[in-house]
Amino acid sequence: MDITWYLVLSAMIFAVGVSGVLLRRSPLVILLCLELMLNAGNLALLSFSPSLGNQDGQVFALIVMVIAACEVVVGLGIIVAAYRRRIPLNVDDLRSLRG
Amino acid sequence: MTQVCFFLGAIGCLGGAIAVIALRNPFYSVLALIVHLISLAGLFLLLQGEFIAAAQIVVYAGAVMVLYVFVAAYVGNVDEPLWEPIPGQRFIAPVLGLALFVELAIAITGSGLKAIDTTGPTVELGFGSPSAIGKLLLERFLIAFEAASLLLLIAAVGAVVLAGRHGAGDATSETG
Repeated sequence: MDITWYLVLSAMIFAVGVSGVLLRRSPLVILLCLELMLNAGNLALLSFSPSLGNQDGQVFALIVMVIAACEVVVGLGIIVAAYRRRIPLNVDDLRSLRG
Repeated sequence: MTQVCFFLGAIGCLGGAIAVIALRNPFYSVLALIVHLISLAGLFLLLQGEFIAAAQIVVYAGAVMVLYVFVAAYVGNVDEPLWEPIPGQRFIAPVLGLALFVELAIAITGSGLKAIDTTGPTVELGFGSPSAIGKLLLERFLIAFEAASLLLLIAAVGAVVLAGRHGAGDATSETG
């Protein structure tokens, strides 16, 4: 398979993720859409990696995975904290840092 | 054979991704993301990233998604309000996403990279195997590896502080 196919698929997944961030209001789903975008980036990195003949892209993808895990942990912590304090889980209401 | 595997994986990936943003219940969105991640791991295997595919299944589809399922079940079904802060956002957003895809596709197909329409050079046996990736991580990319581990530690401490039962957040709300 040509690398172009993988890159176009990665662009499609990224575009779906961007539309999700623009469409949805629930912070949980927005975090899921961020995951989609990070995974699209990972797919592009991995498709370039064998074409260049070295594994640097794969290591890069692994580090991206670690960063995504950190982002998920902190984001979900914020969501749980907001839910405990009865703050509505809607990104339109979560505009200010001190409400 | 490769084509069949690629298209099966691509259909799983795209279907999962669209289901994530189309389903109204966040719990089902999380399950759709698991489908997406597992299909993506299959594509990683096609791209000779054995270790990354395994890490994707174990770390992402396993650990991270368990965290998501737990939070989605804890928070429950949050009903999203139907009013729109920007008029017509529901119609503008997919159009913008489509425009972004068209732009990216033009950039990919119009790039001057010579190897982009080939399958790339044949790589040696053991490309992307755990031993090769581990050797790279502990030799050339040692600083990135250590920085990532430090970042994970900070994130874990931050999550405990944020979501703890008597965490710092509650204390500041009482005093301040």
